[in-house]
Amino acid sequence: MKQTHIMTTPILSIRNLTVDIPTRHGVLRPVNGVSYDVAAGEILGVVGESGAGKSMAGNAVIGLLNPPAHIASGEILLNGQRIDTLPRDEMRRLRGKQIGVVFQDPLTSLNPLLRIGDQLTETMLAHLDISPSEARKRAIAALEEVGIPGAAQRVDSYPHEFSGGMRQRVVIALALCAEPSLIIADEPTTALDVSVQAQIIALLKRLCRERGTAVMLITHDMGVIAEAADRVAVMYAGQLAEIGPVREVLAAPIHPYTDGLMGSTPLASRGKDRLHQIPGAMPRLDALPPGCAFHPRCPYTQDDCRADPGPRIEDGAGRAACFHPISRTEVA
Amino acid sequence: MVDMRLPPEELVTGDRSRLALALQSDFAYQFRRAPVAVVSFAVTLVLVLGALFAPLIAPFDPFDPASLNLMNGFSRPMTPNAFTGDSFWLGTDDQGRDVFSTILYGMRISLFVGASAVLFAMVLGITLGLLAGYVGGWTETIIMRVADVQLTFPSILVAMLIFGIAKGITPVEYRDQMAIWVLIIAIGLSDWVQFARVVRGATLVEKNKEYVAAARLIGRSGPAIMVRHILPNVLSPVLVIATISLALAIIAEATLSFLGVGAPATKPSLGTLIRIGQDFMFSGEWWILFFPAATLLALALSVNLLGDWLRDALNPRLR
Amino acid sequence: MLAYTLQRIFQSAIVLLVVGLVAFSMFRFVGDPVDNMLGQERTIEDVERLRGQLGLDQPFVVQYFRFLEGAVQGNFGVSYRQGRPVAEILLERAPATLELAAVSGFLAIGFGIALGVFTAIRRSGFAANAIMTVSLIGVSLPTFLIGILLIYLFSVELGWLPSFGRGETVKIGNWSTGFLTESGLKALILPAITLGLYQMTLIMRLVRSEMLEVLRQDYIRFARARGLRERAVNFRHALKNTLVPVITVTGLQLGSIIAFAIITETVFQWPGVGLLFINAIQFVDIPVMAAYLMLISVMFVGINLIVDMLYFAIDPRLRADRTGAH
Repeated sequence: MKQTHIMTTPILSIRNLTVDIPTRHGVLRPVNGVSYDVAAGEILGVVGESGAGKSMAGNAVIGLLNPPAHIASGEILLNGQRIDTLPRDEMRRLRGKQIGVVFQDPLTSLNPLLRIGDQLTETMLAHLDISPSEARKRAIAALEEVGIPGAAQRVDSYPHEFSGGMRQRVVIALALCAEPSLIIADEPTTALDVSVQAQIIALLKRLCRERGTAVMLITHDMGVIAEAADRVAVMYAGQLAEIGPVREVLAAPIHPYTDGLMGSTPLASRGKDRLHQIPGAMPRLDALPPGCAFHPRCPYTQDDCRADPGPRIEDGAGRAACFHPISRTEVA
Repeated sequence: MVDMRLPPEELVTGDRSRLALALQSDFAYQFRRAPVAVVSFAVTLVLVLGALFAPLIAPFDPFDPASLNLMNGFSRPMTPNAFTGDSFWLGTDDQGRDVFSTILYGMRISLFVGASAVLFAMVLGITLGLLAGYVGGWTETIIMRVADVQLTFPSILVAMLIFGIAKGITPVEYRDQMAIWVLIIAIGLSDWVQFARVVRGATLVEKNKEYVAAARLIGRSGPAIMVRHILPNVLSPVLVIATISLALAIIAEATLSFLGVGAPATKPSLGTLIRIGQDFMFSGEWWILFFPAATLLALALSVNLLGDWLRDALNPRLR
Repeated sequence: MLAYTLQRIFQSAIVLLVVGLVAFSMFRFVGDPVDNMLGQERTIEDVERLRGQLGLDQPFVVQYFRFLEGAVQGNFGVSYRQGRPVAEILLERAPATLELAAVSGFLAIGFGIALGVFTAIRRSGFAANAIMTVSLIGVSLPTFLIGILLIYLFSVELGWLPSFGRGETVKIGNWSTGFLTESGLKALILPAITLGLYQMTLIMRLVRSEMLEVLRQDYIRFARARGLRERAVNFRHALKNTLVPVITVTGLQLGSIIAFAIITETVFQWPGVGLLFINAIQFVDIPVMAAYLMLISVMFVGINLIVDMLYFAIDPRLRADRTGAH
């Protein structure tokens, strides 16, 4: 089990992050008091159903929340420096340079009218003090690094001349080209063919290990988490449900939601048990139940779950935000 | 050959009950909430009523030579004439015609031409659109190709050309009499394409639905089904296009008449009045030009704004 | 791409043939050309001789092709009203219209794109909203009213600019230009604004809505996420993508400028082909109408063709689709 994240200063620290979206019918809270760290060279998987707030947290980190969504409270620290209060232009300089981003759909992430080489060089020139010819050299090198065959020729191609998997490699090259210390990968494999997914995950993993880049890997796919992540953060209805080393959480989840999630995911390591599903659906943000957000679907619900929001995971202390975590000795 | 033509009134009233329901609900609510729409509607209504009841409202009949007094020529607005002492609200033109009255009668012609042209374009467009969508094949190819070619040319040019040709065909002695009708046909013919496109699109969608096949099986004729089911579906886009077309048709009519290829001086529309008034702009008789121009502007702008709002309210997809 | 180009040229040719047919039918059937060319005193022999000369005794199709043959060579017959060859009159009038249209086109495209981008980027700002409101009025204003308004303001009230005509022109070969004299340039200002304003508002509104659409795209978000400057995001990434759809409409607008020149030329008594056309309609001068129709069709079809080709220059995806083996 890795403990690096505790011993060194984390690259990214999120403390009690809350994102609000004011609407006509009241304030929605897609991210509600979330705290976690990502250390250098570590891949933190952030997992949850759609609408659980995992992407919204990522957007908050890169300072690209779509108005009227905004950070209502909490702190975001990058290399120990607070970034959620930075002025717009400084935040802009941080994006790409310190934080690289990989979005879900490589087909729409690249500008169709610009050569990929131009998109790479413009990113480098925006952040690094290098000449255009040097940028072009580095662009070719970056493409080689992400495994584009014939990079020296392909650098002048347009995005539509690449397949989906190749385009995601280009997107990764774009995210890494200014050598950021943190990568936020938002569902990087969801839009890809299954056969290509593993390659992209392996690529991301290799590059980050080599460079010591911290990765926040946002996905709803437990398979991707199992394959790539060192630690996993499970989100439910805007809150952090459980966080911990990936093997422990996957093998022996102690939050009932994670347990349910595991039960509904086909994993080879879990044997041939029948898949079961969690009854009901995640509540909508404008209709959260009182008490613990998960209690209406939880098999272990007791009175206190209905009355009180339950404990919170703060500063990495504690593993599950639950009054009645599953005691593994009983179950296993 | 099945007769696909529809009597025009059926197009308008075909689905009034559904429209009435809509008027009582969201639609009316949105309308009350949009000040621009309310104001435009009010202005349009006042102008249309003014035109409709022109003979009752207008203090003079500008077409009756007996009521004219050349001595009253060039009276300034709201000031008594130096020779006769008569006073006119908006002044008089060179021949002593009351500007207010000529505007009311002119608007009557402008609105009549505009509305008739749009109705004509609508009937033509809907018929051809249904035909193209339902019959398909060569009929469709020809209709839609003609539409494409016509769309390449600005409609005002098409209208001018049709007007010119029609003028060439009509014998000289009937030209003035026929001018209004020629104008209606020219503007109408230049504007059917939009209607045809929307209706054809809807027909293509509807044609392949199962109920059409089912209705055919029980022996109902296809065209009857098309008419009954497609017209209600395209009612709101057609209404939007019609309103916007009305503004365009009013402007087109005014433009043609202004250019001297529209309503004749004996039956002046707003455009003709502006054409006449332009000559007096340099000599200081501004009112002969200003009031017809302002009326045209108010009319075109309010109908246009109404159409714009209607488009947003009824069919967000068209935005 | 070659196949596509040929296909488009073929389609254009068909459109021109159809327009030619319309023009020819006008010639042939609207008013009897023999009636128009011979006076009241004529003999049956005169009529027969002229019919033979004009080829009116030939079959319809033969006549049509002879008409087309003549048209291709620039022979559109003789104006009923002026008694001169139509081609000669058109050539004489063309520079005035082309100069006016060119200046208006530049105004419309330049200001249209600039204001469109501005209103899209600052879409909630006060200035942008004010521009949008004014533009809605601009779209509703008939062109001739704009012209009259400008004349009233700048010619009648202020007396700064001439209200009609082209001013002094200079002959360069067969081309008479108003660009080289002060009075020529002054005379151009009001008509050019009148003609360009409507197209400008249209282009502006189109650029704005397309740009807003593009700004919502993923690659714009990704460009921001890569830390590019706002300027680079807006102009390098967004504007270029905006221009693809804008080009079609703008191209067609350029065609409309030639057509709408008819109105502007009438308001300002600008001695171009538009004024010629209006006079031809008023006096039912069929040869001039037919020739104008043919001329403007060639122009429109040509513009459409160029617009189609421009697509290829701007959008690499199209280039690939058309050249690549299917």
